[in-house]
Amino acid sequence: MDTSPPEPKLSALYQELILDHYRRPRNKGTLEHPTYAVSLNNPLCGDEIDLQLLVEDAVIRDVRFVGRGCSISQASASMMTHLLKEKSVPQALTLAGRMSAMMQGDDAAAKDKALGDLRALAGVAKFPVRIKCALLPWNALTDAFKSRA
Amino acid sequence: MIDAARCRADFPLLQGQEHGHRLVYLDNAATTQKPQAVLDAILDYYRTTNANVHRGAYGLAIRATEAYEAARERVARFLNAWAPEGVVFTRGTTEAINLVAGAYGRANLRQGDTVVVTAMDHHSNLVPWQILCQEKGAALRMVEITEDGRIDLSDFGQALERQPKIVAFPYVSNSLGTVNPAAQLIRLAHAVGAVVVVDGAQSTPHLKVDVQALDCDFYACSGHKMLGPMGSGALVAKPALLEVMPPYHGGGEMISKVWDDHSTYNTIPHKFEAGTPNVEGAVGLAAAIDYLERIGLDAIAEHEQALAKAAIERLSQIDGVVVYGPRGHRAGVVSFTYGDVHPHDIATILDQDGICIRAGHHCTQPLMRRLNVAATARASFYLYNDLEDVEALATSLVKAGALFGYVPA
Repeated sequence: MDTSPPEPKLSALYQELILDHYRRPRNKGTLEHPTYAVSLNNPLCGDEIDLQLLVEDAVIRDVRFVGRGCSISQASASMMTHLLKEKSVPQALTLAGRMSAMMQGDDAAAKDKALGDLRALAGVAKFPVRIKCALLPWNALTDAFKSRA
Repeated sequence: MIDAARCRADFPLLQGQEHGHRLVYLDNAATTQKPQAVLDAILDYYRTTNANVHRGAYGLAIRATEAYEAARERVARFLNAWAPEGVVFTRGTTEAINLVAGAYGRANLRQGDTVVVTAMDHHSNLVPWQILCQEKGAALRMVEITEDGRIDLSDFGQALERQPKIVAFPYVSNSLGTVNPAAQLIRLAHAVGAVVVVDGAQSTPHLKVDVQALDCDFYACSGHKMLGPMGSGALVAKPALLEVMPPYHGGGEMISKVWDDHSTYNTIPHKFEAGTPNVEGAVGLAAAIDYLERIGLDAIAEHEQALAKAAIERLSQIDGVVVYGPRGHRAGVVSFTYGDVHPHDIATILDQDGICIRAGHHCTQPLMRRLNVAATARASFYLYNDLEDVEALATSLVKAGALFGYVPA
C-alpha cells in the first residue's frame, strides 16, 4: 500500500471543504412550488443536475438541487445553492460571472469574498477537463433565468 | 504472456512520461497507441506513393491504387472475409454500422418490422437503429443482460420470436469486457430469418476473428482500436448482400455512368466508397495488422485475459471496489467503481500518477442505467501492458481512496 502523501496539486483540488460539500450536500432536494426549474447534463460524462429556484420580487428565496456526478460538480452545486439564498437575480448572475472568471484562472475572482466557500474550487482551473464539472450547476442557473426571460 | 516491455519499445508515445511518471496507458478500449511500423507505413506512403486512387493513368496513381487495394486484401485475409470486394473501407465502426442501417436497413425494413439490439450495445450500434426504426415506423427491441453482464439468452430467444429483420449485437462489450457467444447468437438469429450485424470494434483488436466461421452478415471494425490510424476501419459483408444494396453516399468513385437526372453505380465495394478514400488510413491499418499477426491474436487474447484476471483479483482486494461484468468469458476491459469516489475523480487522481483510464458512461447509457450507476471507471489492456501496470493502477487507486478519506462501510 502506498502511504506517501498525496501530490500537492491534488490536495489543492480535493480540499476538505469540497469533500464535505460532496458528502453532505446542502440544499439537496426539490421545492414544492419552484418559479424556475431546469435540468442540465453533461453528455460527455453523464453528470446531471436538476436545479429549482423560488424567486419572489426578483430575490431568490429558496433553491434546491438534485444531481449525480463527481465531487467537483456536486460540491459546486451545494456551495452555489448555499450562496444564492436571499440574493437578487442580478446578484446571482454576477456571481455566475465571477465563478466563470475564477475557472479561467482569474486571481482576483479567486480572492473575491463574495464567492464564499466556492473559492475552494479555485484549484479546478488548473485541471481544464474538470472546469465543466464546476460550472455545470452555474450553467443550470443561467439557463434557468434565460428560460423565463 | 507476451513480452510487453519489448512491445512497448516499438511505441514511441509510450516512451514518454506523464506528470513525471512512466506513462501507463490503460484506455485501449477507447483507442490504442501506434507502433513505429504503422507510423513508418503512413509516412512512407506519403513520401513515395501518394496520388488519388482509381483515377490516374500514370504510374504513381497506379501504385497508390495498388497500395490501397493491397490493404483491402490484407483486411480480408485478417478477418477471413468472403472476398476482398466484401470489405468496404469506412471511417470506423460507427460509419460501417450507419452504412448498414442507411443502405441495407432503409431498403429492407418496413413499417411494423422489428430490429433487435442489446442493452450492452455501444451508442454507435444503437442510435443508427433508433433513427432507422423511427423513420420506418419499425419496432426496436432491446435484449436484457444478466446480472453478471452477459446477454440474457432467454430474453434473446423471446426477442427472436418477433421474427426481426435485423439483429445487432457487440462481439465484445466495450463497457464490461463480456465476450458474447457470437456464433451461437448468429445461428439463432438466422433461424428466424434475420440479418445479423456484429459490432466488432472491441473484438477485432483482441481475439482471432473469422467472419466466415461466425457466419454473420455484416461485421464492423475500427482501425484505431487495433494499432492503426484514426479514421480507418471497415465494413466486412457477404458480397451478395452488398451487391443488391442501394448506395450509402453519392459522389465520385461510387458511380458507373452519370446522366443529367440519374446514375448507375460502380461494382462493390466501390459503390460504397464515395469520394477520395482514406488511403493513408488503409495503408496504416494494413501495417497494424502485420504487427498484430506477428505477435499472434491468440497470444494477445491470452495476454489480455491474464491481465484482466489479475486486475480483477487485485482490485477486488481493495475494500469498496466493485468490478462489473462476468468473471469468465471476458476480454481485457475492467469496469469498476470505488465507494463514493466518483469515477471522474478517480481518473483525475490516477492521471497525476501517469495512469490513463476512462471514466464515464463509455457511450453505453442504457447499460449504465441497468447497472444503476451514472458512470464507471474503466481500465482496458493491450499487448503493451503488463502486471506492473495492474499494480500501478491498484496502488494509485488506494491513494485516491486515501485522498478522499474514503472509509468502507
